[in-house]
Amino acid sequence: MKKVLTGNHAVSYGAMIARAEVVAAYPITPQTQIVEKLSEMCADGDLDARFIKVESEHSAMAACIGASASGARAFTATSSQGLALMDEMLHWASHARLPIVMANINRSLGPPWTIWTDQNDTISRRDTGWIQFYCESNQEVIDTMIMAFKIAEQVKLPAFLTLDSFYISHTSEAEELPNQKLVDEYLSKYQAETDLDPTKGSPAYGSLTTDQWYFELQIKMQRAMEQAYDIILKENDLFEKMFGRSYLPVEGYRTDDADYVVFVSGTIASTIKDAIDRARENGIKVGSAKVRLFRPFPKAMIREMAKGRKRLGVIDRNISYGSEGAFFTEIKGALYSQSEHPEIHGFIAGLGGRDVTVDSAYEMIRLVVETSPEKDINWQGAKL
Amino acid sequence: MAKNKYFVEIKSIDDLPTMAKTMGSMMVNETGSWRNVYPVVDKDACTRCGICWKFCPDVVVSEDADGYPVFNLDYCKGCGVCANECPKSCIAMIEEGK
Repeated sequence: MKKVLTGNHAVSYGAMIARAEVVAAYPITPQTQIVEKLSEMCADGDLDARFIKVESEHSAMAACIGASASGARAFTATSSQGLALMDEMLHWASHARLPIVMANINRSLGPPWTIWTDQNDTISRRDTGWIQFYCESNQEVIDTMIMAFKIAEQVKLPAFLTLDSFYISHTSEAEELPNQKLVDEYLSKYQAETDLDPTKGSPAYGSLTTDQWYFELQIKMQRAMEQAYDIILKENDLFEKMFGRSYLPVEGYRTDDADYVVFVSGTIASTIKDAIDRARENGIKVGSAKVRLFRPFPKAMIREMAKGRKRLGVIDRNISYGSEGAFFTEIKGALYSQSEHPEIHGFIAGLGGRDVTVDSAYEMIRLVVETSPEKDINWQGAKL
Repeated sequence: MAKNKYFVEIKSIDDLPTMAKTMGSMMVNETGSWRNVYPVVDKDACTRCGICWKFCPDVVVSEDADGYPVFNLDYCKGCGVCANECPKSCIAMIEEGK
């Protein structure tokens, strides 16, 4: 069934058809519509879930942790400062190996106060142990919601997906609402390993662990992340068979014969396609590659995508202060062990919601094609 | 404290659970062993208001047939929150072994 939904409501409907059992969330612009819709769904009985009103994002995640540990499928949504406030509990959720799913609207961090998009809120949560998906379209959002639960529950790690503030969150698109029966077939009820009822013999979780075993528990988390990468591919295959849509961790656009490839993420992945088409019309063999997965980082696919290219570019809508764009660092790191080292341009564009236009994307493509990189950060679309 | 029948020896990473957890439930992990003071209620002064029951962070307070508080010393850690909150100051914290 086709439905016209904003990105935010795609998240709400995603939680509904994935049959979330507990929703605990605190409203924050530009995520508020997600929570409003979910509370309506719970009140109307469209979603058979317990909606927990909380006083902060920290409490929202704490409630999800309790719900998930007791065996329920738990969901929350937040953005920016809310995600930052949640930080301590993000670590708790992953270390406790609870498959909570969250949607985060990528909104720049303040001050100065802002509600427009960039990725610094989630990029700075890099080492929390959460699987991270960066979405390009509303359809991808709703589909990722379903897949995220299935992946998270298999590897026992939490997962979040991100939506660019306003460019996705508040933009309406016609999208295919996956059939409930098919979704139920794809994603069965959560079978938890954990319970919180002491009379049934359930243990207490997260108890004090000294240097004798903490190290090994960390290795188990890393192994789960590595396993997640394979499961993401496997689940995407199954999803494609059942629903006809595919989302690879690294997705090329006109890259088959490309001499040059520009890596992007989020909604810029859509914008750059027009610029790539324009460059192709001008006879330039260039393509783009959307990186949808940030953790686990899809190193193998990055290497495959970079192979045999004359020069590469990376567009980051984020910055690691004192270093460079985060995807730029990761992509260079993935290629270091390879025998080929094509030159790589690092661009930073669109911070604080600054529009990345087709023209500015075309300029970045031109720089990749015509020039060698001279510095680690090439600011694009800034008033310098 | 009885020996924990859930105890398993961990020798390698493969024996470890996915996440750190207690061996057996809290029914066998009796946290009362952490205590160095324990609560004693003066029934003559107690008004059976239930505030100690309400505030106990370890849920060890229940009531006897007459409605007076009873403390489950298998789990009471001796934090003294009950004594602090009691409006009649009729809960004393007594040092263990005295």
